[in-house]
Amino acid sequence: MRIVEKRQLLSAEELGRTLQRMAHEIAEKSGGAKDLALVGVRRRGAPLSQRLAKSIKGFAHVEVPVGTLDITLYRDDLSTVGAQPVVQSTDIDFPVDNRDLVIVDDVLYTGRTIRAAMNGLFDLGRPRRIRLCVLIDRGHRELPIEASFIGKTVQTSETEIVEVRLQEIDGEERVMLVDRVADTAGAGSGGKI
Amino acid sequence: MLQRLPHLLGIETLSREQIEFFLDQAKPFQEFHKHPLKKLATLRGKTVAIAFFESSTRTRISFTTAASRLGADTMALQAEASSLKKGESLIDTVRTLDAMKPDAIVMRHSSSGAPHFVAERLDIPVLNAGDGTHEHPTQALLDALTIRDRKGKLEGLNVTILGDILHSRVARSNIHLLTKFGARITLCGPPMWMPPDVATLGPCVRRVLRIEEAVDGADVVMALRVQTERLHEPALPPDEYIAGYQLTPERLRRARPDALVLHPGPMIRGLEIDSAVADGPQSCVLEQVTNGLAVRMALLYHLVGGPPADAPHPAKD
Repeated sequence: MRIVEKRQLLSAEELGRTLQRMAHEIAEKSGGAKDLALVGVRRRGAPLSQRLAKSIKGFAHVEVPVGTLDITLYRDDLSTVGAQPVVQSTDIDFPVDNRDLVIVDDVLYTGRTIRAAMNGLFDLGRPRRIRLCVLIDRGHRELPIEASFIGKTVQTSETEIVEVRLQEIDGEERVMLVDRVADTAGAGSGGKI
Repeated sequence: MLQRLPHLLGIETLSREQIEFFLDQAKPFQEFHKHPLKKLATLRGKTVAIAFFESSTRTRISFTTAASRLGADTMALQAEASSLKKGESLIDTVRTLDAMKPDAIVMRHSSSGAPHFVAERLDIPVLNAGDGTHEHPTQALLDALTIRDRKGKLEGLNVTILGDILHSRVARSNIHLLTKFGARITLCGPPMWMPPDVATLGPCVRRVLRIEEAVDGADVVMALRVQTERLHEPALPPDEYIAGYQLTPERLRRARPDALVLHPGPMIRGLEIDSAVADGPQSCVLEQVTNGLAVRMALLYHLVGGPPADAPHPAKD
C-alpha cells in the first residue's frame, strides 16, 4: 500500500484563520463562555483545543479550561485492530459536572471516536451540554453524530485519508487529502476509528 | 509500541524496556481510579479465570477488581473449596477451567514454576500471581511504580529489603526488577533466611548483618512479612526477630529523611514492622495497594485486550 498526496486542503495560513473563526463561533454560541471548557481528543485534538482556548483568551479575555482525553479504553474495535493501541493519559483537571463542554478533534469521519469520547466524558461526571468542534468533516458517518463547529467540510472517498499535520506534533502545518494506492497486498495498521 | 507478551510469568525474563512500558501503561489507570465512575467496558465479553491454589486475599481481590473494572467477567477458583482437596492434579484442574473458555488465567500456586507449566499447556495468557518462592511479578511492578512515582526514578536508588529473603518471591521479583534499573540492593535478615550466595542474585546486591547498617542511607526500606509458619524451621523466637530485624522508628531514622517504607502485606504489626512506622508519613503501604490495581489493569489490558494472538491482522479502515 502506497500513500499518494492528492491535494492540499488547508495551508498553514488557512488553518490558522479557520481556527480563529471557530474560536469566535464557539465564544459567540456559548453565552459568555462562563461554564465553557474544551476537551481535546488525543492526539491532534489536544493541540487544537489549546490553540482555540488561547485564541478565545486573546479576543474575549476569558480563560477557558482545557483538558485532554484519551479514548483508547473506550474504542469499540479493540478486538479487531492489528496492533494493540497504547493507552495514554486523560488529563482533565476540572470537574465536568454541569460544564458546557466542547470536544475538539482534527477529523470527523465515522463518528466512532466521538462516541468513545462521550463515553469517556460521562465516566467523569454529567456535563450540562456537549458539542463537537472539528477541523475537517470528511463525511461517511456510521453513527448519528454531527459537529456543531466545522472548520472545513470535504467530500472524500472511503479509501482517502485526511492528514492533519500540526506544528506541535508533526513539525509542519497543513492539511492534505491523500489516497491509498494498492501496489502490494499489505496489512493496514490500526488506524484511527 | 511493544511486542505483545504471551504471558506474564516473571520479572527475570522481562527487559528494562518492557518493564518501563508497563509502568507507563499503569499511569492512565492510576488516574482512572480518581474517576467517580470506576467501570470500563474495554474488556466486555472477556472472562478472566482467577485460580488461586494458595490462599490470598489482597492479590486475589486486586486482580478480580482490576478485571471487573475493565469490564471483564471473572471466574474464581479457591484452593480451600476446590477439587484440589479431592486429589485432582493441577493440570486437570486447569484444563477444566480452560474448557469453560476463559480469555486468560491468573494463577497463584505454592509450587515454583507452576504457572510456566500451565502456560506451556494452554493457549491463553497466564498471569503469575505468585508461584512458590520463585516470583511475584505484579508485586514487583507495583512496588516499582510506587517508588518511581515518589522518587521520580529507580536508577541508582539504595533499596534495603528486610526479613525472610530466602522464601520470598516478593524479594526475588523486586531484586530482578530493581537491579535491571541499576538500583543497589541491601538484604538483611536472620542468617537461615538468607540465600546462600547473595551476589548471584544480581549486580549490586549485598548482604549486611546488622539492620542499623542495612538501613543506613537507604532511599527505600522494604519490610517483608514474617511467615510465622516458618518460625519453627529452625526455631526463631519472635522476640529475637523483633530485637534483630523489626523496622522501628529509631532504625528508620538512619535511612535518608525522605526514605520510603514499603510492605507487600499482609503486615504483622509489632513483628516485622512497628505500628509507628507502618502508619508514619514515610509509609507507602496503602499507595502500594492502589497502584497494584493500576498495574494489574494495565497488564490485563495488554494480555487480554486486543485481538487473539493468533488472529490474522485485518486490513483496517
